[in-house]
Order: sequence, then structure tokens, then C-alpha cells
Amino acid sequence: MSAVTSKDLKAEAKGLNFFYGSVHALKNISLPIERRKVTALIGPSGCGKTTFLRCFNRMHDLYPHNRYEGEILLYPDNVNIISPEIDPIEVRMQISMVFQKPNPFPKTIYENVAYGLRVRGTRKKQVIDERVEKSLRGAALWEEVKDRLHNLAFDLSGGQQQRLCIARALATDPRILLFDEPTSALDPIATSKIEELIIELKNEVTIIIVTHNMQQAARVSDYTSFMYIGEIIEYDRTDKIFTAPSSKLTEDYITGRFG
Amino acid sequence: MKKVTPQKVRERVIEAILFLSALSSILITVSIVFILCYESWGFFKEVSVIEFLTEKDWMPLFANPKFGILPLVMGTLLTTGIALIVALPLGILVAVYLSEYAPHKIREIIKPVLELLAAVPTVVYGYFALLFLTPILQKFLPDLSGFNALSPGVIMGIMIIPYVSSVSEDAMIAVPMHIREGSYAMGATKLQTAFKVVIPSAFSGIAAAFIIGISRAIGETMVVSIAAGGMPNLTLNPLESVQTLTAYIVQVSLGDVPHGTVEYRTIFAAGMTLFLMTLGFNIVGFWLRKRIREVY
Repeated sequence: MSAVTSKDLKAEAKGLNFFYGSVHALKNISLPIERRKVTALIGPSGCGKTTFLRCFNRMHDLYPHNRYEGEILLYPDNVNIISPEIDPIEVRMQISMVFQKPNPFPKTIYENVAYGLRVRGTRKKQVIDERVEKSLRGAALWEEVKDRLHNLAFDLSGGQQQRLCIARALATDPRILLFDEPTSALDPIATSKIEELIIELKNEVTIIIVTHNMQQAARVSDYTSFMYIGEIIEYDRTDKIFTAPSSKLTEDYITGRFG
Repeated sequence: MKKVTPQKVRERVIEAILFLSALSSILITVSIVFILCYESWGFFKEVSVIEFLTEKDWMPLFANPKFGILPLVMGTLLTTGIALIVALPLGILVAVYLSEYAPHKIREIIKPVLELLAAVPTVVYGYFALLFLTPILQKFLPDLSGFNALSPGVIMGIMIIPYVSSVSEDAMIAVPMHIREGSYAMGATKLQTAFKVVIPSAFSGIAAAFIIGISRAIGETMVVSIAAGGMPNLTLNPLESVQTLTAYIVQVSLGDVPHGTVEYRTIFAAGMTLFLMTLGFNIVGFWLRKRIREVY
């Protein structure tokens, strides 16, 4: 793996292993996550990129028989967020996630965005109002919904719903934002809006994105990690990975020879 | 080119049989409604609808009869209301536990046991209310009469918990996992996820469960006949004896009221009222389900 020198890390996986029961899904993964940059995880289906992403907010804790080994350190606190002593809820309070399919709650647009704040016990209406507006603006949705904040979220189109989910994730001011193939259920226009949004958001938050779409990785990310059968094959600056990959496997994948 | 093959004939016959069986259930329903309407019509020729709806006493078998349905409606609503106060929260809690918390093995034990609760004959529940619950309640509520609305109401509530919980649980289990994950990913606890996301997502199914529970409680006959007494009492006091629509119908059907008299037809007037109440709740339930249809 080629060295990327930066002292400005937000998180770092060190010797991470992950097991679904007896299946060894992630093998000794080490990866730096640069602060306020977009890191893309690419690779063929089943390579473990989503599994890896879901380690960052401890989603695997929701299901039995899953086990982590190793470390994911969150900087600057230097806390190992996958350690069993750390409450997964604490981790999720700081690391938000946007899912593959838009998954708004059966609530109003306003309440969807306010959800994270309410869960944290925020009561003040003024605080919530401000946060909701700021997050919806951040997700480039405010102008479209400001007159119908109290309509049900299901009234929105798929692309709008996904931006609503981004607003929901932003509302709690996360330190890292995880995207799990956020545009795979969307049409090209909605996709390009989300991509623009991701590029804008990195000014404020560190982003990790899993994507099937290599053009997407090339367009939105600063760093790219190519994964294959539970391992990281190559990690580098995105322009380097897509123009001069050092591994033959990476080259074969990005040129479409397999995957 | 048309050719009648034996296969086609067989298909036709099967189709006809299926159609007739579907038709028979419709015919039965229609004829029930028809008889109900016909006999009620006979009743309302002799008793005005206004008296029926506004008179505050129900004394059809007295020398100077009074035909006010309100006491029976009130008795029905009172026992049903008490049953719902018991069944709705408990049914929902059971459903939340089964769908969100219970490990697979425990669910496999609890579900059949709950369904067993629905298999107990209602006459057993009735005597349970009269001979077990009422004496216990009387220790805490000295004013409680031997026949009262409270005890059968509570027992009916327990009786319909399985209906409420099993339909609610089905609705909650059907909420897709990625909706729950969305909530957990925001840092929500299991309890917050269950109450703020899963229950609202399953709302239409839960509403249907409520309606089933309400219809069951309104139509329940045995428990209230045994434990609520036979006094048509226009009251909202659960400590007093009341008579429900169903219990009245039983009482008159058992007695020796001659056919064709107005006393006899009161059964159908009460039955009609009962039918309209249940129908009303079913329509509300249907409307709720359509209006708050989930998008998943």
C-alpha cells in the first residue's frame, strides 16, 4: 500500500478483523480516514466494503453473532470505537449514516430532520427550528420544502427523500458521515444532485462513501480504497488510483475486466 | 374454431363450484341483513325511532313498556371501553416485546400460549369474572355490586389481548429492517426505535388490530351476560350492574316471549343497533387503513 502522508486524520482502522459468526469477512484492514475529505470504498460485490463501512457506526451490533477485532480509532480523542467497552449508541451519536435506499420515518419532513435531536433529548423549539433549517439547507432541500415542512416525508420524490435522509444525518452535527451506495436507488438527475452535495459537504464533515459506481468514486472522492474479498488491495489519492494504480488487480477492476 | 374438450368442461364445472361457494357466503350475509331489517321494520312500525333513540329507559317487558335503547348502548360502550383500556396498552406492549425484544426462542413459546388464551371458551371467562375477579375487586372497591361493568370489562380486555397483540405484532414485524436501522443510526435506543419509528410505521396494521378488538368486545355476549347482570342501567359508573345489547338479546331469546309480538321484535331492534355499531367501527377501520397506508 502506498503511503499517504498526512497528519490530519479523523479516524483510522488498524488491524481490523470482522466476523459474521464463523465467516471472516474483513481481514486485517488498516486504513486512514482524512479529515474533511471524501474517502471512497470501491470493489466488487461481496468484497466487504459495506461491512467495513458499517463497522464505523457499529451497525453490526444490532445482530447477534457478529464480532470485531482490532481497532478503529477516532481522532483527536484516540478512542477505539469498536471496543466492547464503548456503547454503540455513543458511537452513533457522533457518526451518522445515509443508507442505500432512502429510509425516511413515517413522520413529517420537519420531524424526520429533528429526530436525532429529539432522541438526544433536545426540547427547545427554537434550537430545533434552527437546526432543521440549517440541515435542510445543508442538504440542498430547504428551498423545495420550506413551505411544507409539516407534510409527510413520503410525499417527497426518491431523490428528495434521500436528501432528507442526508439532512437528518447532518442535524446532529456528526464528526463522520457514512454513505452506503446513496444513489443506487436514484435516477441520474437525483444522483448528480447528491454527488454535488457530497462534494460540498466535505467542507464541513469527514465523509466515507461506499459505491459500486467507479465514475462516482472518481467524481466525488479525494481518496479511494479498492477492496477485494475482505482485504484492502490498494489505497491512494483518487486521481492516482484511477490513472496509475499500482496493483494489477485494481487496474483490472477499474478498467472493467471483472467486478 | 371452438372445440369443447373434457378438460374445458372440467374447468367450467370447477369454476361454477367456486363461484357458488363464494355466492353462498354473500347470500347468507344478505339474508341475515334482510331479516334484521324486516323484523326491525315491524318493530319501528309500533315504536317510533325517536322514542327508541331518546327514551332513557329500556323496559320492554313491563306492563307499561318503554323502548329506549340508550341504556343498552351505554352498557355496551361501557364494558367495551373498559375492555379497550385493558387490551390496547397491554396488547401493544406485548406486540412490541415480541417483535422488537424477544429472542426467537422465547417468541416461539409466548405466541402459542397467547393464542391459547383466545381458545378459552368465553363462558369460562364469564364465570372467571363473576366468581374470581369480582370478589377480589370487591375487597378494594366496597361499593362494587356483585354484577357490575368493571369485572367483565377487564376480563373481556384480557380476552382480546391476543387479537390485538397478534395483529399488531404482524404489522410491526413487517416494518422493514432498514427503517429500524435508520433510527438506530441516529443514535436511538431500542425503546425509542420501537415507539417513535416502528409503531408509527406499523400504524395501519395496529389500527386494524384495534378495530378487531373493538368489534370483538362489542359483540361479546357470554362474559357480559354472566358477570354484568341484567339491569338496563343508563350509567357510566363501572361499579354498577349494566346490560349490554348482546346480553339483552340472550335474555329475551331464552325466555318465553311469543313470536311476532313487539317484545319479540325488540331483539331485532337491538341486533340492528349492534350491527350498525360494529359496521361503523369496521368502516372507520377500513378508512384508517386506506388513509394511512404505508409506503413500504
